[in-house]
Amino acid sequence: MSVAPAEVDEPVVEDVVVPDKPWVTIVWNDPVNLMSYVAFVLQKHFKYSSEKANALMLDVHHKGKAVVSNGTREEMERDVEAMHGYGLWATMQHDE
Amino acid sequence: MSEDERPEVASEFKRSRHGGVTMKLDAAEARILRHVLTETLELLGPSESPDDDPLAAALGIGTTTAAPEDTALARLFPNGYTDDPEASADFRRYTEPGLREAKRTAARTALATLGEGGERRLLTEDEALAWLGTLNDMRLVLGDRLGISDDWEGMVESITDGDPRLTLFWVYDRLTYLQDMLVRSLT
Repeated sequence: MSVAPAEVDEPVVEDVVVPDKPWVTIVWNDPVNLMSYVAFVLQKHFKYSSEKANALMLDVHHKGKAVVSNGTREEMERDVEAMHGYGLWATMQHDE
Repeated sequence: MSEDERPEVASEFKRSRHGGVTMKLDAAEARILRHVLTETLELLGPSESPDDDPLAAALGIGTTTAAPEDTALARLFPNGYTDDPEASADFRRYTEPGLREAKRTAARTALATLGEGGERRLLTEDEALAWLGTLNDMRLVLGDRLGISDDWEGMVESITDGDPRLTLFWVYDRLTYLQDMLVRSLT
C-alpha cells in the first residue's frame, strides 16, 4: 500500500463501490462433529457472537448446511482451509 | 452398552483459574489415547514421495491433486469446492500439505502432554486447542471406520456383545465424552 500525495485535489467520487463478494463458504452437516464443537469453531474463527454461531450451527444440523461466510475467492479459500483444519466439512462456491 | 460397563467417571477437562485448562485422565484412557494418537499420526504421515520437488515442498505446495483413497483421510481433507473438481485439485495442492502438518503437530502435542493418567496436568491454551483438534480428528477417523451415521440410537442397538466393533465403538464414545467436556471448558 502506498501513501498518496497530500496536495492532490481530486473531486470526491460520490458512487459507493459495493464490494464484490460473490463467493460463499458452506459448512455441511456430518454425523461425527459435535454441535458444541461446531459452534465453538464458528465463534473462534469468524469472531461471531455465541448467538450467531449457535444459529448457524443449528442451521447446519437441521437443514444439512449453512453459508457461514461470504467474500472474495481468496478470502473464502482461507476460510475453507481453516474449517478443514478444524475438521469441519466445508466447501466454497460462487454465490448464485 | 450399559452404563455399568463404564469405569467410574474420574476424567476431566476444566478451565483453570491460572489460565489454560487442567486435564485429568485415568490410566486406561491415557493408554488408549496413546495408542489411537500414534495410529492417527501414522495415518496422517506424509503423502508426498521423497523425490518430489524440494522447493515446492519447502513452500508447502504439494503435488497431490486427487482426494485420498482412504475414506477417513478423504474426510479429513475434503474437496475445497462444492462442484469444481479442477479448482478443488488446485486448492488441495496448496492446502493439504500444511493441513496435514498442522494435524500431525496437534497429535504430537497431545502425545507430549498426555502423561500416564491418574494425575492432574495443566495445559496451556494452545495445548488445549491442540487437544481439541486432535480429539476431533481421531473421532472423524474412528467415525469413518465404524460407519457412524446420524442414527446414533440405531447404531447402539445394532452392536451386540460379540460384535468386533464393540471396542472401537467404546473408544469413540469415550473420545466424544472427552471432547465435549474440553469444548465446554473452553467456551
